[in-house]
Amino acid sequence: MTIHTEQRPAEPEPQAPPPHPEEPTGIGTQLLRIGVSLVVPVLAILGLYFAGNVLLDEDSNRVIVVVMAIIVGVFGVFGLYYGMDWLINRMPDRYRDKVRPFAFVGPAIVILAIFLLYPTFDTIYRSFRDPTNASFVGFENFSRIFSDSEFLISLRNSVGWVLIVPLFSVVIGLGFAVLADRLGRRGESFSKTFIFMPMAISFVGASIVWKFIYNFRPEGFGDQIGLLNGVWTSLGNEPIAWLLQEPYNNLYLMVILIWLQTGFAMVILSAAIKSVPEDIIEAARIDGASEFQVFRKVTIPSISSTIVVVATTVIITVWKVFDIVFVMTGGRFGTSVVAEKMVTEFFTFRNSGSGAALAVVLLIAIIPLMIANVKRFREQEETR
Amino acid sequence: MTAVGQEVRATEMAGPKPTFMSRLLEGWIIKLVILIIVIIWIIPTLGVLISSFRPADAVNTNGWWTVFTDFGNNEWTFSNYDQVLNSIGFGNAFLNSLSVTIPATVIPITIAAFAAYAFAWMDFPGRNIIFVTVVALLVIPLQMALIPLLSLYVDFDLNGTFPAVWLAHTGFGLPLAIYLLRNYIGSLPSSLMESAKIDGATHFEIFTKLVVPLSVPVLASFAIFQFLWVWNDLLVALVFLGGEPDVRVVTLALRDLNGSRGEAWHLLTAGAFITMALPLAVFLGLQRYFVRGLTAGSVKG
Repeated sequence: MTIHTEQRPAEPEPQAPPPHPEEPTGIGTQLLRIGVSLVVPVLAILGLYFAGNVLLDEDSNRVIVVVMAIIVGVFGVFGLYYGMDWLINRMPDRYRDKVRPFAFVGPAIVILAIFLLYPTFDTIYRSFRDPTNASFVGFENFSRIFSDSEFLISLRNSVGWVLIVPLFSVVIGLGFAVLADRLGRRGESFSKTFIFMPMAISFVGASIVWKFIYNFRPEGFGDQIGLLNGVWTSLGNEPIAWLLQEPYNNLYLMVILIWLQTGFAMVILSAAIKSVPEDIIEAARIDGASEFQVFRKVTIPSISSTIVVVATTVIITVWKVFDIVFVMTGGRFGTSVVAEKMVTEFFTFRNSGSGAALAVVLLIAIIPLMIANVKRFREQEETR
Repeated sequence: MTAVGQEVRATEMAGPKPTFMSRLLEGWIIKLVILIIVIIWIIPTLGVLISSFRPADAVNTNGWWTVFTDFGNNEWTFSNYDQVLNSIGFGNAFLNSLSVTIPATVIPITIAAFAAYAFAWMDFPGRNIIFVTVVALLVIPLQMALIPLLSLYVDFDLNGTFPAVWLAHTGFGLPLAIYLLRNYIGSLPSSLMESAKIDGATHFEIFTKLVVPLSVPVLASFAIFQFLWVWNDLLVALVFLGGEPDVRVVTLALRDLNGSRGEAWHLLTAGAFITMALPLAVFLGLQRYFVRGLTAGSVKG
């Protein structure tokens, strides 16, 4: 991603203070900048490390752990920044202004480098190496992913998830937003809360909630306690083990994520619908357009960019879905997906090579979105 | 602009006048459709909530919906919660989740706020390139970081400790935090900063006394978002913290319960509700702030 950014020189931003007259930046300044960037994260990590160890060794009251954690988190980290600023104020004049920004931004850069940048490159590196990261194997991990039937199933499923879940989330979310818009204000916000609520539930929690819905008992082993089989058998059918029905079980798992994500789509799309200018809609109505025509010819085109943003956002979430499959089926019965397979490969089969390769597959699919993000950001900055 | 008023105006101006009856009918159809969708959306959670208060026998012999048909004979109990919280360890897990979540929310906010201020109001070499990198890092899948971080943690003997998860969540949350905060802090009026500077305030004073108080709404949005994200996370906790009872968080406890007693629905439903209670409360109480952080937030790796 740095290649992309380096093609264009960085534009100075309008709100930026005017740059200092160019003086040569000495080695001393550079060293101080690096030092200042490192001090806070290193001290923070050490502090957290010892605090954490002490608290764990004590094996003591959890409430104390929580309180200590808050103190370390809030005051500890803030205190480090305060200390850095105090130090910088005591530096010689010519260093002060050049070093100070790095006391502010340095810790973030160092942490991003350790926890995101370095791992990204290391994962790419490992994806070309054998299961124990001991020797190079070229593209072997990748050729295995794209030929082995197990991996192909997870790729197929992931693509299915990415196509189906965003489609349903956006369509249901949009439909609900449009209909709720015609209720009174109280009724609207009340009904929206229920659709939105699953957003607060963890994927694990949601999985348990839905596993209960899909619960199955063979005939003769008592009443069905899963709602779906309860309804199904009351219609005179044999009970079905829903989660074992390949390949439809994938759809049943997708329902969970649709349930979780529709609220997000609905809230964002609802805001967009409300921002469509009233007079355009009135004009269409005066011209004799039916409500459905107004929706199709006026509302949809005006919110199309929001629909794209919402769909993209849901796609990213869906592409990385791990918990639902992990908890519901463990990836068995033909339900594995790439993100879940990656964890299983590495942690169950101890294969760092193919685990890393699967992570790289996840990343590669997201790179276009990354570039789009950066582009959109640059355009925004130009129009600020 | 209520929907009703709108309707009336529209029909006055449009050509063929719909009858009073057809308008009434349309209104009822909309209400009915909304009601059906809401019921479908609420039923799964409702089933869990009801079952968690039913005795084990009842949960396992008939469906939870029979409480509505067989109204007189219902028994209710807290013993599922008692068992899950005390003997299965969800009580401890709840406190562990708090010890993970609160610092993992506060630390990234502090670090990001300083960085966001620098990106918005300070001048330093590489500012634009670094910020563009932050934007690019927004969507990096979490999975890219797992394997190398784990081996790093093993080398430093950090794995399985709270600080390991705090730092991991800090790293994964930072890009979004910096991005959100910088956009907000950058949009504060520059006249404000300049007058403060003329009054002799240092950057540190401007930041703590001016910028932070003004940024409370965006800090709150991110805090809620990160809180829910960390609380609901399974993957990071699974990899860096593990399932030892002294550190195990609620999501992991629920997943373990599902693994060991996958058909004990009176316990599973109570456990599920314990993991859901706090995020639901936070969400319902602070919905307004949450919506704001949402658009940018869901892109998070």
